[in-house]
Amino acid sequence: MGAESIADAAPRGGLAESAAMPWRRRASERSLRREGRIWTLWSAGIVLTFGAPAALLFWLEPLAFPVSAIFLGHGLAVLHLQPRRGARALKPIGERSGAAARTALGLLGDLVGHESRELLRESGLALERGRLGAWLVGQEGAILVRRGGRRVHCFCVRVGEADDLPAADSVAHLLLALREDEEGFATVANRNFSGATWRLRMQLPRSARSALGRAQQLARS
Amino acid sequence: MSRLIRLDRTGHTELASWTAGDFASQERAIEAFRRELDEGMLASATLPDGSAEAVRELPLDAELVVMRRPIAGG
Repeated sequence: MGAESIADAAPRGGLAESAAMPWRRRASERSLRREGRIWTLWSAGIVLTFGAPAALLFWLEPLAFPVSAIFLGHGLAVLHLQPRRGARALKPIGERSGAAARTALGLLGDLVGHESRELLRESGLALERGRLGAWLVGQEGAILVRRGGRRVHCFCVRVGEADDLPAADSVAHLLLALREDEEGFATVANRNFSGATWRLRMQLPRSARSALGRAQQLARS
Repeated sequence: MSRLIRLDRTGHTELASWTAGDFASQERAIEAFRRELDEGMLASATLPDGSAEAVRELPLDAELVVMRRPIAGG
């Protein structure tokens, strides 16, 4: 669908890109809760699939410990890879040299407001409070920390044609779309992980970890 | 003073600015706004509470209207 028809598809006040995808079920509090449960079941399934045979083998023959360890290691690697995908998609703002990068960062700083500006400078991520929880927005992804702060949902989402945009402009695009329609934003974005916040934290760079901590605080308040 | 800006490779470009009593500047802003929409850009008006609203007509009472490109799932 072309960009003009995307705009035409938008209902008043909703996200145009979401309205242009009528086949996709609109994200909501309920759908996110359901997706979270599915991810938990999936993770439990992995633990069971790899953990049970490893335990059984060890019980039958303790000398087969190395094989059990390989089994268990494989399961842990799968559990490790899932949040890693979520962490990688986020892509904080990195290099900020050049006039365009500074101009874009200045506008983004104005958009996020005083409280989140320092966090943006430190982590390259924009923090935003929403109805579904607290969001951290990067260049090509976003993290939603659900209310209570224990669960995160990771989304892969980007500007359609962003090749020539400064990094901060990409974040500004996503932030504006999020503010326009939070549920629509979560509908357009592709999911790549949902699970415990600590699992994601382990995969994030240090600067992003502190941003995740701030988002958790916001989600709890 | 209200502003219409476009997010682009320069960081952003100010397309128009207008004030409540200046009808000529408002007309210029509306024209610039429609031109951007025709080129496939989407418009986002920043509201006083910090939220944003997708708009198809230029809200003359908004302080800042940002033209952005469509987003997509990665």
